[in-house]
Amino acid sequence: MVGELTWVRRLLGLWLPLAALFVFALFPFAWMAATSLKANAELYDPKSNPLWIQHPSLVHYIGLIKESNFFVWIGNTMLVALVATLISLLFGVMLAYPLARMRFPASGLLALSVGVAYLVPQTLLFVPMADLINRMRLGDSLSAVMLTYPTLLVPFSAWLLIGYFKTVPKELEEAALIDGASRWRAMTRVILPLCTPGFLSAGIFAFTLSQNEFLYALLFLNTSSIRTVPVGVTGELIRGDAFYWGQLMAAAFLGSLPVVLIYSFFVKYYVAGLTAGSVKG
Amino acid sequence: MSVNRVLEAARSASQILPARRPFRFREWLERESVFSWLMLTPPLLFLLLFLGYPFCYGVYLSFVSRQVARPPTFVGLGNFVTLWNDPIFWQAVWNTFRFTGAATILKLGGGLAMALVMHQNFRFKGATRAVLLLPFIVPTVLSTVAWQWILDPGMGLFNRGLVFFGLMQQGPSWLGNPTLAMVSVILVNTWRGLPFFGITILAGLQTVPAELMESATIDGAGTWGRFRHVTLPLLMPVIFIVTTFSIIFTFFDFQLVYVLTGGGPANATHLMATYAYVISVTTGQLGLGSAAALAMVPVLGVVLMLMSSYVRRD
Repeated sequence: MVGELTWVRRLLGLWLPLAALFVFALFPFAWMAATSLKANAELYDPKSNPLWIQHPSLVHYIGLIKESNFFVWIGNTMLVALVATLISLLFGVMLAYPLARMRFPASGLLALSVGVAYLVPQTLLFVPMADLINRMRLGDSLSAVMLTYPTLLVPFSAWLLIGYFKTVPKELEEAALIDGASRWRAMTRVILPLCTPGFLSAGIFAFTLSQNEFLYALLFLNTSSIRTVPVGVTGELIRGDAFYWGQLMAAAFLGSLPVVLIYSFFVKYYVAGLTAGSVKG
Repeated sequence: MSVNRVLEAARSASQILPARRPFRFREWLERESVFSWLMLTPPLLFLLLFLGYPFCYGVYLSFVSRQVARPPTFVGLGNFVTLWNDPIFWQAVWNTFRFTGAATILKLGGGLAMALVMHQNFRFKGATRAVLLLPFIVPTVLSTVAWQWILDPGMGLFNRGLVFFGLMQQGPSWLGNPTLAMVSVILVNTWRGLPFFGITILAGLQTVPAELMESATIDGAGTWGRFRHVTLPLLMPVIFIVTTFSIIFTFFDFQLVYVLTGGGPANATHLMATYAYVISVTTGQLGLGSAAALAMVPVLGVVLMLMSSYVRRD
C-alpha cells in the first residue's frame, strides 16, 4: 500500500514532469531532424505523419553541400570562435589576475568597470562599432568579428576568472616568492595551473557565445565565402519560394552539431560557469 | 682566477649594503603595482578602443544628423525629438516591455518548476541536466529558424497538430497576426531561456542545507510550508540575480525577433533593438539610430533601480 503510494507520487512528481520537460526542450530538434531527412514529396504531403520518416532521404543534405558554401561557413564559425575565445581568455587572465590577487590603487574601481562592461549590450554599440570597423578598413573580413567578439567575451571571462583566482590561498603565492620565484613564475607555474577548471568554464562559455553571435556577423560579413553559419543560413538559404524548409532544417541541424558535440565534452564546466556568478555572488 | 672571483663576489656583496641601491629592472618589475599595471594595460587599451570609444562615439552620433557617406551636422536633441514624435518608436518601446515582462515571468515560473522537479534523486541526473540545457546552447538563429517552420501556417507542426486533433479546421497564421506574432516571439524566447533559469535555480536549491529542511519538518511544516518559509527565502538572492541578468539580455534582444518576424507584421513585434537596427542600417540614418539605441539605457536603468530598491526593502 505504502509502496504503491510512493510509486504514484514518484510518477506524478518526477517522471511525468521530466517527460514534459524533455518534450518541451527537444521537440524543435526532433522536428528539425525529421524535416531534413525527408524528400519534398513526403515533406509537403498533408496526409503524412510530420514527426515520422517513411522514406529517409539525404537529398536536402546533398543539396545543401552542393548549392551553398555551408562547410566554408562551418569552418569560418569554428575559426572565429576559436580565435575570439583565445583572445578572451588571454585578456581575461591579464585583467583578472591583478584584480583578484594584487593590491594597488584604483583596483576596486577597475573591477567595478569590468562588471559594468559585461552588462553593456552589443545592441547599444553596433552603429558606432560598424563605423570604427570601416575606418580601420576591416569591413567584410573575418578579422572584424575576431576583434569585436572579444569585446563581449573579455569582461565576462575576467569576471568569471576573478572568482576562481580568489579561491586560491594567497599563501601559495607567497611561498613561491619566498623560494625565489618571480611574480611571473609564481603566476604561471603555481596559480594558473590550479585554476584550470576556471579556464575551461570561461573557454567553453566564450566558445558557445561566439558560435551564437549574430549582430556583428550580420553587419560585418557580406561576402558569402567569409560568412559564419548564422548569417549564411539566414542570408542565403531563406529564399522566396516556399519549398526550402528541407535544406534549411538540414543546415540548422548540421550547424548545431559541432557546438553541441563540443559542449557535451565540457558540460560540467559549462554548468559551473553558468551558476558561478549567481550562486557565489 | 679563484681569488679574483672571491674578490668580485665580495665587491658585489658590499654593493648591496649601501642605503641607496641602484635601480634594478627586475626588482621594479616585482613591485605589486608595476606588475599589475603591466598586465592590465593591454586588455584595458583593447576595451577602451572597442568598448569605451564606440560608446562615446555613439553618444556623439545621437546628437548629429548623419546619413551614410555625408558629413554630419549637429542637431542637438533633434534626433530624440524625432523619436518622441514617432509612433513606431513608441510601439517598439511598448513591445519591448511586453516582451521582456511576459518572457521573464514565464521563464522564472517555468525555471522554478524545472529546478524543483530536477531537485530529486533519480538516475542520469547529470545527463538530464545536459540535455535540458540544449535550447540554451544551440545557436539562437538556428533554433529560431526551426521555430519559424514549426509556426508555419500551412505545413508547420503546430497547425498540423491543431488540425489533426480536430481543434480547428485551419490553423491560425502565427506570425501574420499581430497578437499571435507577439505570443510566438515570447514563446520562443521562453523556450530558449527557461533552462538557464532552471539550471541556475537548481544550483541554488542544492545549497539549501538539509538540516534546515529536516528541522522544519520536525516543527510540523508541510511541503508547501517548507517551500514558502525555508526554500524560497534562501533562494531569493539567486532568483534576483538570474532575473536581473535575464531582464537585461531579453530587453536588448535582437536576433530572435530579427529572424522570426523581422519586427512585423506592421511593426507589431518590433523591439527597440530591431527598430534601431532598421533606422540605422536599412534607412542609413546613423544619428537617429544611435539615439534609438541609447534610449534603451535610461529605460533599463529605471527598471533595474526599481528592482534593486524592491530587494533592499525586502
